[in-house]
Amino acid sequence: MMKKKLNGYLIAGCIITGIIVLWIIIGRFYTPYPPTKMSSAKLQAPSAAHLFGTDKFGRDIFSRVMQGSGTTLLIAALTILIGAGVGTVVGAVTGYFGGIVDEVLMRLNDALTAFPSILLALVIISILGPGKYNVIIALGIVFIPSYARMMRTAFAAQRDVNYIISARLMGASNLRILLIHMLPNTLHVLLPALTIGFNNAVLAEASMSFLGIGVTPPDVSMGYMLSEAQGMFRSAPWYALSVGGVIALLVFGVSLIGEGLQIMNKEVD
Amino acid sequence: MKKNLLAGILAVSMVAALLAGCGKGTAQNTGTAGTQAAADAAAGTEQASTERAKANEIVIGIAQDLDQSLDPHYAVAAGTKEVMFNVFEGLVKYDSKGDTVPAVASDVQISDDGLVYTFTLRDGVKFHNGDTVDLDDVIYSIQRCKDDPKVNPQTSTGLQCIESLEKDGDNKLVMTLSEPNTELMSLLTLAILPADYDKQDTAPVGTGPYKYVGRTAQESVELEKFADYWGTPGNIDKVTYKINEKVEGLVMGLESGALDLVSHLSSTQVAELNKDNFNIEQGTMNLVQALYLNNEAAPFDNELVRQALCYAVDRQGILDMAFDGYGFPIGSNVFPAFTKYFDESLVGYYEHDVKKAKELLTQAGYPDGFDMTITVPSNYQPHVDTAEVIAEQLKEVGINATLNRVEWESWKADTYAGRNFQSTVIGLTADPLTARSLLERFTTGQRVADEEGNRGNNFINYNNADYDALFEQAVKCYDDAEQVKIYKEMEKNLTEHAASVYIQDMADMVAVRKGLTGLTFYPLYVLDVSTLKWE
Repeated sequence: MMKKKLNGYLIAGCIITGIIVLWIIIGRFYTPYPPTKMSSAKLQAPSAAHLFGTDKFGRDIFSRVMQGSGTTLLIAALTILIGAGVGTVVGAVTGYFGGIVDEVLMRLNDALTAFPSILLALVIISILGPGKYNVIIALGIVFIPSYARMMRTAFAAQRDVNYIISARLMGASNLRILLIHMLPNTLHVLLPALTIGFNNAVLAEASMSFLGIGVTPPDVSMGYMLSEAQGMFRSAPWYALSVGGVIALLVFGVSLIGEGLQIMNKEVD
Repeated sequence: MKKNLLAGILAVSMVAALLAGCGKGTAQNTGTAGTQAAADAAAGTEQASTERAKANEIVIGIAQDLDQSLDPHYAVAAGTKEVMFNVFEGLVKYDSKGDTVPAVASDVQISDDGLVYTFTLRDGVKFHNGDTVDLDDVIYSIQRCKDDPKVNPQTSTGLQCIESLEKDGDNKLVMTLSEPNTELMSLLTLAILPADYDKQDTAPVGTGPYKYVGRTAQESVELEKFADYWGTPGNIDKVTYKINEKVEGLVMGLESGALDLVSHLSSTQVAELNKDNFNIEQGTMNLVQALYLNNEAAPFDNELVRQALCYAVDRQGILDMAFDGYGFPIGSNVFPAFTKYFDESLVGYYEHDVKKAKELLTQAGYPDGFDMTITVPSNYQPHVDTAEVIAEQLKEVGINATLNRVEWESWKADTYAGRNFQSTVIGLTADPLTARSLLERFTTGQRVADEEGNRGNNFINYNNADYDALFEQAVKCYDDAEQVKIYKEMEKNLTEHAASVYIQDMADMVAVRKGLTGLTFYPLYVLDVSTLKWE
């Protein structure tokens, strides 16, 4: 196996994401102010006391963003876990076994793909009701089809290669073949896809909360803050800019990692 | 390299699409078709409004679509009544003080025992479809409100005292009552509709100063000046209501020149506006804003818990935090502008007291608080803001409140009609403007379903035998002063048993474009467009 070389994208992405994730983790335990604590210092411009200023209830935006991006990050991560997890299982089963299972599952998959993703999420939310965990379920379901399709291709491509055939001749069980022999060889497809999916999940959560159907107060979320900030863009531009800036940075960092991974894989090939 | 080129092309085309989108928006806002596509936004604002002033039109922004059915006798939402106030009139109608003045009737004589009302029909009052109003229309309209089960029960039960309606000649209506009713005149503001017309749902026809032209669902409603109006006609020729469920959208509409008037703005939104272009007028909303508690849903079936909540919520804190100090605190289900029935002593009944709230919670068996949900209609930002402040205040006593933002339609169906909620922040209006309409809704009669399974307006399931008894007394009492006293007792009952956490009557900030004058405030949730005019 050739040695994989790190590249600039990967390093930069890891640094940016690392800093933000660290910041978010700190936010779980410590924020300069309690994120929902209201005060009479309303709509203050950024200052030493309030780095990102305050919102219309006098809450510290910096603390809220720390906590809110944590919520967003958690939702995005769990969403991808559901989407990629179920997607990989479906992809593995259909890609490896083929036949009638493949037909049925993939047609179901097609049906799911036929809905525009945000609309599908809306429908699921309207059944489950809003809230953090329902958003995760809704987005998770929305993300399944693309992963399933992609992983199916990755697994199907290996079905008839020599080392799989040899493994089968040695009497290895299907489960063992799938997990030990095939899965590691699909990672070059899965990993970049995870980063792209993660970014989409961040943005999808933000859009849903922005529309008022996602995370509900007092849970803080980036989308909800953005929709609040939008109404006062002229009198308090720092609100929208700081929230939007952090989302952009998070997405940017993870995108760089994805890009870096892809380049790395190309060099290996 | 090729990939980068492709990305570049994509980016350029996206920017182009974006610009095209903006260009289209400006053209729409200004309403000018022409070559001046590049005219800047400021000039656009100026142009749009002056053009409308010239054409004698206005565009008003509202936060919610009207009810599906526009039939005034069936209307539920305050927002619908606010608009349709201009289209319909009753035998009498409200003036800006909240008194009833003659409208379709020109005169009324009341017998000394209060049992016989003789209305004289005004000469030549016309419906918007051109027909002249006759006694049959009047009798039909009153009869329908009395008998039709779909009519707001507050109106129909109030009208049950009417024993007979008889014609006396061509233009006199004799109404005989089984018992005197001091609130009858308020009820007779009910819309007079043509008897032989069955399209009120979709194409309403009334006698008001403005006639209904049409609507586009979720988008706009159009009214037009009624040329044959019997009274002082309106000044503006054409009124368009634009619907935008996001209040931020309404504020932007004002700034961009697309809208001329928006009511029910918050202080934050007003702060966004450029004061050079707008006058800000301040009235009261005339509604009872409260954290309404479902008295049948645990833990609010426990009076101690409800009282604890009353102590835990800091009304002045809400006003300061979410309304920049504007608003008028209340202590029961009557708003301050309704001075006759408003009991000021109840405002301070529950002073903000965290310790006492905790004691009560402990007594009720919730020493560590509990989780609760506050349902709020997402399109009414003031209610959402209020709920958010309340949630924060409740933390102090250990109650963990989560907001459930729902769409207006779902609020009406599930929360109000379905009573499927724990607590909700909303404002209740008085329609008709009587103490009865504000207070009857908490009686048992309005709580339980009738034989046909219809439930009344007691959506909080308030259940109190004393309250029911007081109400029985009130409706049977024909001495005005005595009746006022009983209604005040009822208010006190609501406060003492903490039926809900009463908060305030909100300040009503209206942004009116400079040059547009004549805005009149009513102690009702209405916007009278007939007095507006461009200078």
